[in-house]
Amino acid sequence: MSAVFPSHGAGADSHDHDHHHPHGWRRWVYATNHKDIGTLYLLFAFTMLMLGGVLALGIRAELFQPGLQVVNPELFNQLTTMHGLIMVFGAIMPAFVGFANWMIPLQIGASDMAFARMNNFSFWLMIPAAVMLAASFFMPGGAPAAGWTLYAPLTMQMGPSMDAGIFALHILGASSIMGSINIIVTILNMRAPGMTLMKMPLFVWTWLITAFLLIAVMPVLAGAITMTLTDRHFGTSFFNPAGGGDPVMYQHIFWFFGHPEVYIMILPAFGIVSQVVPAFARKKLFGYASMVYATGSIAILSFVVWAHHMFTTGMPVTGQLFFMYSTMLIAVPTGVKIFNWIATMWKGSMTFETPMMWAVGFIFVFTIGGFTGLILSVAPIDIQMQDTYYVVAHFHYVLVAGSLFAMFSGIYYWLPKWTGVMYSETRGKIHFWWSMISFNITFFPMHFLGLAGMPRRYADYPMQFADFNAIASVGAFAFGFAQVYFFVAVIIPAMRGKGQPAPQKPWDGAEGLEWEVPSPAPFHTFENPPKLDATATKVIG
Amino acid sequence: MNIFSQHWKKIAHSCVAALSWFAFAAHAVNDLPGGPSVRQLGLHNPATKLAQEQADLHWFMMMICLGIFVVVFGVMFYSIWKHRKSVGHVPATFHESVKVEIAWTVVPFIIVIFMAIPATRTVIAQKDTANADLTIKATGYQWRWGYEYLKGEGQGISYISSLDNEHRLLSNNGAKGATPDDYLLKVDNPLVVPVGKKIRIITTSSDVIHAFAVPSFGIKQDAIPGFVRDTHFRAERVGDFYGQCQELCGKEHAYMPIHVKVLSEADYAAWVQKKKSGAPAAEDKKTAAAGTEQVAQAAVTVQK
Repeated sequence: MSAVFPSHGAGADSHDHDHHHPHGWRRWVYATNHKDIGTLYLLFAFTMLMLGGVLALGIRAELFQPGLQVVNPELFNQLTTMHGLIMVFGAIMPAFVGFANWMIPLQIGASDMAFARMNNFSFWLMIPAAVMLAASFFMPGGAPAAGWTLYAPLTMQMGPSMDAGIFALHILGASSIMGSINIIVTILNMRAPGMTLMKMPLFVWTWLITAFLLIAVMPVLAGAITMTLTDRHFGTSFFNPAGGGDPVMYQHIFWFFGHPEVYIMILPAFGIVSQVVPAFARKKLFGYASMVYATGSIAILSFVVWAHHMFTTGMPVTGQLFFMYSTMLIAVPTGVKIFNWIATMWKGSMTFETPMMWAVGFIFVFTIGGFTGLILSVAPIDIQMQDTYYVVAHFHYVLVAGSLFAMFSGIYYWLPKWTGVMYSETRGKIHFWWSMISFNITFFPMHFLGLAGMPRRYADYPMQFADFNAIASVGAFAFGFAQVYFFVAVIIPAMRGKGQPAPQKPWDGAEGLEWEVPSPAPFHTFENPPKLDATATKVIG
Repeated sequence: MNIFSQHWKKIAHSCVAALSWFAFAAHAVNDLPGGPSVRQLGLHNPATKLAQEQADLHWFMMMICLGIFVVVFGVMFYSIWKHRKSVGHVPATFHESVKVEIAWTVVPFIIVIFMAIPATRTVIAQKDTANADLTIKATGYQWRWGYEYLKGEGQGISYISSLDNEHRLLSNNGAKGATPDDYLLKVDNPLVVPVGKKIRIITTSSDVIHAFAVPSFGIKQDAIPGFVRDTHFRAERVGDFYGQCQELCGKEHAYMPIHVKVLSEADYAAWVQKKKSGAPAAEDKKTAAAGTEQVAQAAVTVQK
């Protein structure tokens, strides 16, 4: 019996007084249970991952060979724009909120999220927004094609779908803010007695910091796109140079949101990896306190580096130097994290089940993305790389190999807890190696393309770039199919409850309150605050 | 280790096979001097001192990163190999060390400062656009470049530079058959500059943001409507150099290349003479003949 899709018997696992929670479709539409809402978020995010992936394959199919074969340049720009928007706002961010919903109450010994109905609302708000985003392809003039960064004044030239896109982003932003408030209040108010802040699992810590980042910057994005909207329709000239507006101001505002956003998408990934590595090294996380401080430093630094996305706009020398130095500084706390993970592995007793494979894979490829980030932070080098495929390679190394790989690690790690069954280790390993190899075939050659000067967002390119583009396209299709395999061979069987029954704690090195409840986690957990031991990792009564 | 080596062998084999397949099956194309080379792995061959400095900085950064990579992952993979449960390793119990943690915060900090020093010098040199011998305004239009010689030898010359229309058609037809080496990089009127002179490029735009970029010169400067920005270069050798618009500017973004022709001083003087004595009229005719709406609009804006 799985916790994800139990038919009618789920209530039997839970406590007596809970006999009126709805069944069938009502269970999901009226969902107020953090586990159900977590499941909804994760399934939604996977759907959007597939949709964004199809758009990416459209891009790669077009770029397989020089010349236009598959799509025209208008549609190509729509594909790149929508791929970015859907992956960032539809896949990565909601997926982490799904993890937060499932795991935060379980990890801090809370009965549920603080605001259960707002939790429901923030999930269901995403559906109309996502439908509107996806439907923009069928609006007059097609989907928005100004890039996911929506730079002014190109946005002034977009059709009505731009307004739909802006509205969708507003709604997604509102949903994120509600989710963040919920997470902060849950963490600060609903911890079990004895779960002090510095005893919280790192996933909880990273999400606490991420939630503050979200509350700080989502309104900034809302402001930027609202000004774009009024520029388009109500005669204002915030960014419209024809009326004295400043298009560069848009970029400053956008990236003031955009850079913290990058960390919003990676900090929870750090949290997951910080839980998985100690579990499979059978050794406590090295430098817990410094991990927390490093996360905090990264979050604070993320507010003062935004203009490194804008070195080619023509900043003054002092501006370039300031943003170059502050960006390079981020390498220090990020390095501390990598060192801590490796020190955790050092002299451990490691096994390499699928979650650990993904975590080690994450450390390896994410660090490559970190190095290219350091190289890009050097303003004179960035003059060469800005808006080339080098940047595309860099952020896919940190967002796909970073965020997504960490999520896979988390999914394999907690799937037994969620569903009550063990996934197939063989299939997990196939998924890992298939993804890891095809990911690198896709994105590694892009470094060369970028160094050679191939601009991003190009529907066609000079002949000399043909070979690496062809290799990247082959890799991209392989990577896409790997994720289909993952869904069909791992997720569907797990949701149907097929597989070996999972013990309460399938990983002998794992620590934390989520392993103190049965597998699958019952519908209601920790209804009475548990009594914890001194380390706040075990329930003693 | 067997599993690992098998994997690596497989990967290496398939990579080599894929590469050689592409090398033979792909379009026959040659390196384009001043533009991209076939399967180019690094930055363009620098034609200015600043581009050379960028390339040196890149190597400097690459070497440091490679060193850190080898050390960090050397330790990680050693640990993966030695500290496994399957080889009977028993977990240690340490989980903090203030000394070690301070060391690996301070050492990267020092490395970063070490990286920042040479970079700072280049940043300052890049922004020094004073005392130019020739000032040219590059205006971005959807989707072509307008060049205006504002100051210096050739002052008063102005013209529009667009992608060769045959290349645009070739792109629509899927770039089939024999394609030229300068595919998508050939323009009707290249930007002409003298060698060894400091050229200041002032960028602006008449519609959306574009970016004027020539990798061999190490320059990339956004062209922003309503604003002027500048950059500069001093080409050290004659020849043709190519770049492309580097900021998304709408559907024809991929079709507004930059071609800079660097001439010797004598050739440049001759070109200015030719351009000033009646040739501009011919240029205008040609532009009119091209006759798309955008060109007309662009020309009007240039006169403004």
